This record gives sequence, C-alpha cells and structure tokens, in this order.
Amino acid sequence: MKKAGFVGELLGRSDYAIIGEIVEPNTKVLDLGCGEGELLEWLASNKGVEARGVELAGAKVRKAIARGVSVFQCDMDQGLADYPDLAFDYVILSQTLQETQQPRKVLREMLRVGRRAIVAFPNFGHWKVRMSMMFSGRAPRTDLFPYEWYESPNIHILTVQDFEALAALEGLTIERRYFLAGHRKVGMLPNLLAEVAVFLVKRG
Amino acid sequence: MIVEANTVRFDAIALDSGATLAPVDVAYETYGELNAAKTNAILVLHAFSGDAHAAGISAEGGKPGWWDNMIGPHKAFDTNKYFVICTNVLGGCRGTTGPGSINPATGCPYAMSFPVITIGDMVRLQKMLIDWFGIDRLLTVSGGSMGGMQALEWAVSYPERVVSAIPIATTTRHSAQQIAFNEVGRQAIMADLDWSEGNYHGKQPPARGLSVARMVGHITYMSDDSMREKFGRRLRGKENFSFGFDVDFEVESYLRYRGSQFVNRFDANSYLYITKAMDYFDLSNGHASLAAALEKTTARFLVISFSSDWLYPSYQSQELVRALRARNRDVAYVELQSNYGHDSFLVDVAEQTDLVRGFLANTFEKAQ
Repeated sequence: MKKAGFVGELLGRSDYAIIGEIVEPNTKVLDLGCGEGELLEWLASNKGVEARGVELAGAKVRKAIARGVSVFQCDMDQGLADYPDLAFDYVILSQTLQETQQPRKVLREMLRVGRRAIVAFPNFGHWKVRMSMMFSGRAPRTDLFPYEWYESPNIHILTVQDFEALAALEGLTIERRYFLAGHRKVGMLPNLLAEVAVFLVKRG
Repeated sequence: MIVEANTVRFDAIALDSGATLAPVDVAYETYGELNAAKTNAILVLHAFSGDAHAAGISAEGGKPGWWDNMIGPHKAFDTNKYFVICTNVLGGCRGTTGPGSINPATGCPYAMSFPVITIGDMVRLQKMLIDWFGIDRLLTVSGGSMGGMQALEWAVSYPERVVSAIPIATTTRHSAQQIAFNEVGRQAIMADLDWSEGNYHGKQPPARGLSVARMVGHITYMSDDSMREKFGRRLRGKENFSFGFDVDFEVESYLRYRGSQFVNRFDANSYLYITKAMDYFDLSNGHASLAAALEKTTARFLVISFSSDWLYPSYQSQELVRALRARNRDVAYVELQSNYGHDSFLVDVAEQTDLVRGFLANTFEKAQ
C-alpha cells in the first residue's frame, strides 16, 4: 500500500506518472516537445492511445521514430498550426511552457487542436526560488531552475498562481490540478510549496 | 546473396495519356520469403536511373544492388523478416517495357513512338505485379527521389493496398528548377546528331548527349561540400595546367567517367521518357489542394529529407508532411544531417537504417 500523497515515477518522472494517470485509454494524444518519445511510447503500449509528437532536436526525433513513435521535427508554433481543430483528445506540454516564445498563443493553439490540454511546469513561486532571490540578490538558481540567467532556456517563468490567472483570463476550466514536491503531493500553499504543477484544462 | 531478375508479361496496360501498351513486361527481383498470410511484403521503388536490382549480387553482372546497404539480413529492410520486391519502372531499359523494347506491331523498337508515361502509369504496372503475387496489402512502399514519388502515388491511388509509405528525399511535384535540370539533360541528348529523332537503334547511340545529361545529373546529386571534399581543385595526374581543354581537374575526370559509364547501361530515349514522367508528376493534380489529394490516404508515413539535398530540398518534404497533418494523418518526419546532397539516401544510411527499422517493426506489429 502506497503512502497517501505519494506519487510514484513513470519513466523516472513524477509528472509523467500523473499524466499517465490522467490520459484516458484509446484516445488521441499529441505531445509537444516530446523528446525521445518515451512517454508517448508508454501511453501507446499501456493505454492504447494514438500517439503523435513534435520535437525540434533532430537527434531526439530520430530516437523517437526508431522506437516506433510518429514524431514530427519542427518548432512548437509550426507544430500546432497545421492540425485541424480538435484533432486530439489531449495535447501535452510537459516542462516546456516556460521555454516558449509565446506561451499564451501556445496554450490557445493547444486548446484549438485538442479537447483538453495537460500542462506541467516548474513552479517559479516555490520558496527555494524566493529565498535564493532574496538572499543572493541575483537571478535565482535552484534545483528546478539550475541555469545562469544568460544560459537559461526558461524565458517565460511562471508560478502556480500565474498559470491560474492566465487560465481565468482565457476562460479555461481547470478540471484537475496536481502539485508535487519530489514524490509527494502538496496540499496546502501550492504556490509556495509545489516544485512542479500539472494542470488539466479545457475551453469553457 | 546471388539474385536473378525475373520478368512477367501482362496483356496490356492502359496509360494516363489514353494510350494502351500491349503487351507489357515488368522485370523484378525479390529478396526474403513471403509469409503464409502475405503480410510481410515490401515494395522498394528505384530512383531515375535505377533498376530492379536493388539488393544482393546480380547473377548477371556480379554487381551489388542500388540499395544493398539497406536491404538484406539484419539491414533496414530485414530480409529475414520481410519479403522485398523491386521492379524496373515502366519506360525503363532494364527489362521492363520501354522505348527500347520491340513494338510487336512493327517488329522494330518503339523509340519515339512509345507513348508518354507518368509516375501513375509506373505505379499501375507495379500494382498489376502485386496483384499477380496475390498480395493484398503491402507493409510498406519506399524509395528515394523518383522512388519516393512512386511511394506517394501508391498511397494516394491505392490507399487500401498500402499499410505504410516511406518517401525519402522526394517531392509531391517537380519545381521549376527540377524541371529545368531535366530539360537540360533532354536537350543535350536531342542535340546530339546521333540521336536521330530517337532512331539510333542498330547505329551509333547519342553517347555524347547522354553523357552530358548524366554529368549535369551527377552535379545535382552532390553538394558543394561533398564535391569540395571529394575533388577540391585537385588536378588529375598532373602538376600544372595543360593550358588546353583536356581533363585538368579531378572533377572533370570524374564527371566524364560517370557520363561514359552511364552510356553503357542506359538508353537515351528512356532518359527522355522517364524525366518527362517526373516533370509531369504532381500529386495534387485533379484536386483542390495537396491536402485534398491526400484525403483518401490511410497509410502511416515516414518522411525523410537530407540537410544538404538541394535538388529535393527539405521544404518539399515539409510541404508534404504539413498537408498530411492538415488531414491529421499518422506521419513521422525528420531531416537528417548529411553532407552528401541528394545522394545521401543511397550512401549515408546509418541513421536512415535506424529510422526505417524501428518504423517498420512498429508498423508490422500493429498490422498483425
């Protein structure tokens, strides 16, 4: 029996474990920034989903295709533009929203091509980030945000509250929300205590 | 693996131009074994100057096939697992009926009386052979360049007959630049007096024209980088310029050699007919758009292009992929980094092998 509040790992990641739980069997899934396609492969073989991926790095695309996952090499904006409306049941964006040029547009596009969006991101409101900033007086560096400001891919950092505010602004319904610190689910004060947030949202 | 070419004769084939060709021969080779359920058959499709000899060592010439590095035991198209078929295209000169074949009505070679053919006609003939084999569905259709065009034509014309398609370094239609290079080749042949309006059979063939056509072709198959690497400005067997018009540079020697070799194995009229078929090819013909043309497809696609291929640049593969996505088809796409230009799909096969092997294994498993 697992401890209450404990979240296991899927392919070494807790957010994947949650995504793996959210996705209903036999659905159509698009994973943006799918890397080497491990999650999609898992969803295809364990949940019978029809899996597609978008990834920019050629070496990762090659590995994904070689494991039998249909991945398309291009950037995120282009990756979504071609698809017809509501082509997917879920569009997944895992740990990448903060790296996009236009996160709001990406979110809109996700919910144009998909009935639901699953967004996982590192929470910039976590207390370690705040402490780091307060005591060092420099751009914060933590386990979750390990980069020097001039090397960081994270160009649109956000907190749990930031995401919820954007969801409200966009008129989205948050169907489920999960907050994680390591392998534990965070109940109270997620904006302060969650390292990673996973949201399931839909239009209207 | 010593392989032999076979030929099947069909009574007739109706062509896109409205003409009928009767009878029609198709030359083919096969590798591996067809399983009892006939679900492991793969059709590989050759590029412009290829033939049915795709793999193994030919019993006739002792040469390896044009895709021998991709087809065989444990290779990308694993012949321990799959049954691989390759045909010579309609209009060709390597066993399948073409302008060099004897017209039964006259007892002479067709020459320029051969009807103009299309990529669609080539595929129709291949389909006749696949029917003859009793194969209901091909696990995949795959080829590079003109072979990729045929793969696409298969997926659009006979969607119920292909589980997947792997078009490589190809396009859904020839651009002005691609037509232009083909036209230079054709004009080189037709400007050679030995061409004699195509009636050179039993006489001196238009070797100079055909050779020049091939030289132009070879330039388009390489990249600036690969030519610099392979030849640079090195001189051929000399220290100084000859101050004449004999071969000075390595690259001149290479092109002349490739040109003269080509004359021995290729028919000048086939060159004209096949390049024309490529120029006419446009998958969206008769449809509102490319995406509309792909409406009927049900195949899973693996599309591959190469970074240094300027003859069939990546944007053309991307157009195809985008149109497939607009119809929400199952498509994987990657641009492979390679310096070999258009030739990459024939020579730089390590990464291509991983992709094709994984894609096929997964497709085969799903199709069972």
